[in-house]
Amino acid sequence: MASATTAPIDTLPPAAPQSGLFGFTRAQGIALAVMVAAIVALPFFVYPQFLMKLLCFALFACAFNLLIGYVGLLSFGHAAYFGMGSYVSAYASKSWGLPPEVCVLIGGAVGAGLGLVFGWIAIRRAGIYFAMITLALAQMVYFFCVQVPFTRGEDGIQGIPRHALLGLVDLEPDMRMYWFVAGVFLLGFLLIHRIIHSPFGQVLTAIRENEPRAISLGYRVDDYKLIAFVLSAGLAGVAGGTKALTVHIATLIDVNWPMSGEVVLMTLLGGLGTLFGPVVGAGVVMTMETYLAPFGAWVTISQGIIFVACVLAFRAGIVGEVARLLRVKL
Amino acid sequence: MLEDFLFQVEMAAPQIVLGLVNGAFYALLSLGLAVIFGMLNVINFAHGAQFMMGAFVAWMLLNWLGIPYWGALILSPLIVGAFGVVLERLMISRLYKLDHLYGLLLTFGLALIIEGVFRNTFGSSGLPYAPPASLTGAPVDLGFMLLPKYRLWVVVAAFVTCIATWLVIEKTRLGAYLRAATENAPLVQAFGVNVPRMITLTYAAGVGLAALAGVLAAPIYSVNPAMGSNFIITVFAVVVIGGMGSILGSVITGFGLGLVEGLTRVVYPEASATVIFVIMAIVLLARPAGLFGRA
Repeated sequence: MASATTAPIDTLPPAAPQSGLFGFTRAQGIALAVMVAAIVALPFFVYPQFLMKLLCFALFACAFNLLIGYVGLLSFGHAAYFGMGSYVSAYASKSWGLPPEVCVLIGGAVGAGLGLVFGWIAIRRAGIYFAMITLALAQMVYFFCVQVPFTRGEDGIQGIPRHALLGLVDLEPDMRMYWFVAGVFLLGFLLIHRIIHSPFGQVLTAIRENEPRAISLGYRVDDYKLIAFVLSAGLAGVAGGTKALTVHIATLIDVNWPMSGEVVLMTLLGGLGTLFGPVVGAGVVMTMETYLAPFGAWVTISQGIIFVACVLAFRAGIVGEVARLLRVKL
Repeated sequence: MLEDFLFQVEMAAPQIVLGLVNGAFYALLSLGLAVIFGMLNVINFAHGAQFMMGAFVAWMLLNWLGIPYWGALILSPLIVGAFGVVLERLMISRLYKLDHLYGLLLTFGLALIIEGVFRNTFGSSGLPYAPPASLTGAPVDLGFMLLPKYRLWVVVAAFVTCIATWLVIEKTRLGAYLRAATENAPLVQAFGVNVPRMITLTYAAGVGLAALAGVLAAPIYSVNPAMGSNFIITVFAVVVIGGMGSILGSVITGFGLGLVEGLTRVVYPEASATVIFVIMAIVLLARPAGLFGRA
């Protein structure tokens, strides 16, 4: 009901006809080249453990952006898929001794499965109700994780081994793990780009812009929304699984509501509905949190201030504003 | 057989009362959310933080100014409500022409700031707040169980507040303006009613209700910065179950779900934390608009 009567969420104008290489516009191609160069060069200058965490959260934010930015659905419970992906990957690696690529895929499958059920329930309502329902369902997952034994309660699953990639390359050294994480991130990023620029993605954008019209054109809107939701939740699960292997631990923090808020913050700050926004947003938020970590609640306060500033002053986000200044699509 | 049953009732009664007390808070909080949403079309994510502020203001009034519980019961909602006026005028009022989701995001940010500031100032551990002397002492004997006086007071006070709010909205001239403005604000404004001021005061009233709930909660739960966020997500589920269309509906849903939660704690304790969310999922599948909602 809400989406029919109010202006669509403030994102960039609808996509112009695609041109350039593999659906990337020239500006996006340049930005992609810069991003890949940064991913290759940065571990030689910055602590790789931090970069790996950043890439996991960047993938998480990109997955979330697939929903909010391209379908216009605000899921306030993405921590559930991230956290469950994290727990299940951790369990698969520690208790079953599976190789990392399988663990991460299992994490993604669990995220997608959970997303299928929750998405099926939540897409019955739109707008603000959708946000509240996804949040409430995610909180249910949190309480579930508090109670079941396999998550080890407050301790979390600790000392998760990374094992060998494909049974060949041991990922225990951080620099090797880094290339694995970078690979997962880039694959996820390109997959999202591919989804957005496929005919399927065009229908998603049409739903975001004008849902009644998409229905009247004969599209089964709910099916499209659900598929997008499952894809987003699955990629969030992949991000969570990769994170668990990276930091050797999966805890209740991954699955609780502040994590859902954090991914909303990253995406909003970077720019809703921009390809590179979530990556930039994740970078800024993670850097800020690392520096503010010793000051306790100041992390929470500064997150709140960024939320308020973004909503009141620059709704297009960092990348959105840059794109507007340069008159390009990023 | 009968003795068995009576024993069961005796075991279950405290949990059911606890459920009713929780239900009282669900009702008060979801009522405030519904009032605010009806007028502003904003889901007030800061509602939990304002609930927590209500409790803290009561604590500050007592420990810094020596104002007792009964004074705080009136002053704290007024103070937090005034804070709500400032928030609405400075920030929320800028968002009315935008997608509703921005209201949610803004108030979420405000909730983080409020919670962070209180955590910095008072720490994360709870502060004690004693119930007033007139409500302590020997519990009330209901025949089949003993009910602490203060809990009884909370249930009665919350119920009376809910009914009073309903009467104001349904039976007074002010309430009529309010309902009319919810339906069609420009038309009401054309009749010479100051709608923007009414919106501001509605927000303040909703925030005041949250603060009142906070004062009532202060002697039961320890006063701590996280007490609001623990509650608010459950209240969201309550609101989805009830549907935000009806004031009385949110009151009934609030009390009812509190009871259900209490009963679950007796029958199957493991599910007591999740039962409301499960009910929400079932209601959404059967009746997506909510029990009392208009489609």
